[in-house]
Amino acid sequence: MRKQEKKGDLVINSVIRITGYSSILFVVLILFFLLREGLPALSSTPLSAIFSTRWYPIEGYYGILPLILGSLLITIASTLIALPFGIGTAVFLSEIAPPWLRDILKPIIEILAGIPSVVLGFIGILVFAPFFRNFLDIPTGLTAFTGAILLALISIPTIVSVAEDALNTVPNSYRQASLALGATQWQTIWDVTLPAAKTGVLTAVMLGIGRSLGETMAVMMVTGNAPVMPLQLNSLFRPVRTMTATIASEMGEVASGSQHYQVLFFIGITLFLLSLVINITASLVSTKARQRSERLLS
Amino acid sequence: MKQVILLSILFLFLLTGCTGQTETVPGSSEPGSAEYIENKGSDTIVNLALAWAERYQQVNPSVRISVTGGGSGTGITALISGTVDIANASRQIKPEELEAARAAGYDPREFVIARDAIAIIVHPDNPINNLTLQQLSLIYRGEITNWSELGGEDREIVRLSRETNSGTHVYFLESVIRMGNAEDDAIFSADTLLLPSSEGIIAEVKDNPNAIGYDSLGYVTEDVKMVGVSSLENPDQFILPSIDTVSNNTYLISRNLYMYTLDQPEGIVKTYLDWIFSPEAQEIVRGLGFIPAVTE
Repeated sequence: MRKQEKKGDLVINSVIRITGYSSILFVVLILFFLLREGLPALSSTPLSAIFSTRWYPIEGYYGILPLILGSLLITIASTLIALPFGIGTAVFLSEIAPPWLRDILKPIIEILAGIPSVVLGFIGILVFAPFFRNFLDIPTGLTAFTGAILLALISIPTIVSVAEDALNTVPNSYRQASLALGATQWQTIWDVTLPAAKTGVLTAVMLGIGRSLGETMAVMMVTGNAPVMPLQLNSLFRPVRTMTATIASEMGEVASGSQHYQVLFFIGITLFLLSLVINITASLVSTKARQRSERLLS
Repeated sequence: MKQVILLSILFLFLLTGCTGQTETVPGSSEPGSAEYIENKGSDTIVNLALAWAERYQQVNPSVRISVTGGGSGTGITALISGTVDIANASRQIKPEELEAARAAGYDPREFVIARDAIAIIVHPDNPINNLTLQQLSLIYRGEITNWSELGGEDREIVRLSRETNSGTHVYFLESVIRMGNAEDDAIFSADTLLLPSSEGIIAEVKDNPNAIGYDSLGYVTEDVKMVGVSSLENPDQFILPSIDTVSNNTYLISRNLYMYTLDQPEGIVKTYLDWIFSPEAQEIVRGLGFIPAVTE
């Protein structure tokens, strides 16, 4: 009897171990595939051509700088919009809202997370773009800004749910101690609860940034996809083209193995590296924060 | 150990069970089975191809035709990789694509199935009614940037185009921006908005008085205004696109629409292509705002 239980354990354990290792395997395989398809771009296209400012692949212009800057511009703008809303909502849900209100709000935010980005893109084209064009008096509403607003809508639910979980794990004794010392509720939130949940909140923000950087469909529909270098002051209110939209709209047409195909995969590598940098920064920041809090506690 | 052997025997049984079944399937379903034609490519042609496929399937219920869009380049790429039977293209096959097909051991055949006009469209409130080919070229090169330079209102011009995988995009580049001059290497101004669909262009032009766009005549709706275009030879004679002005070659920006097959078509593909050139099928072309390839 006992032996059989052990055997069952062994089977389950090895199954779990295999699933665990398989995710590592998948990442390695994806990376290998990206590198195999994308690195030849470096030999077929000189670096100076890849890092130039004009993207028009059907005539041999392979400058990916406008695409990188376009992605960065939209990601940064959307993070700046999503950050206050996301963290604010999380704080409200976890610290201020009465339980009945939280029970209503939380599912609504989860529904927002479930809206397909195509649908948001559609709303963006029909509602946001005309509205911003009139309201801001700009030539067209299909701009980086419209894209950033949509991306903020897409990343806010991620930020809210992860940040709220982090706030919920802060022991109640912290809050009680702070209040007992005479701090107001706001002081407690700002100086005690949020710093205590810093790691989780930072993770939330990083996940949100990753979500914005990788989003494709909504961005492709509302940003106008014009590969301009976004270097002017008003670039946020002008069309841009992102790396993801470029890959999505052009991958279907290219002949496998052609120069254009290789450069598109090279863009994929760049995108992969960017999100890797974001993830590594996130884990560095969070381990640093943890070390500091451990030092404080000891 | 015993368990393992038992399991593997069971597994073998399952496998043989499966193969036995798949062997019987084709035999049993052969009499009533439908024959498939895969048809993919140009978004300009997709509505026409759908209308043809629907009608043809009514006449020949045994044939199933699946039609998908994606762009001319997408269709030809799929044709060369052997995933479709017929590729739709709103431009001619490129030399390098032809080469790729030959390298794969095929000899692609071209069929001109209809003709199409590219209409230049603006917002209905835009006072501009006519543009010369030269002006269009300068607008899309980015050298004319304000409507006031053309006698319109003081508004920045917002240029709209299809994505680069669109045959319409390539045609527009060659025939309008470069005005048919093969030596010219001018390209679209970088701030041209590249929209993923015809509908996207119509939607933006309908809404935005700054915008100018181009689209296949069959897709132009009542909510946008078409602009008359003049040739270099007759700068004062502005022609609006229509079935008549394309048929008698007075409207400049018109082109052939193509279907490509991998080799000389055979069997159901051949019957289908023959039917496409019948009066019945060519009447559908006219109904959708395109220009028939065969005129009696």
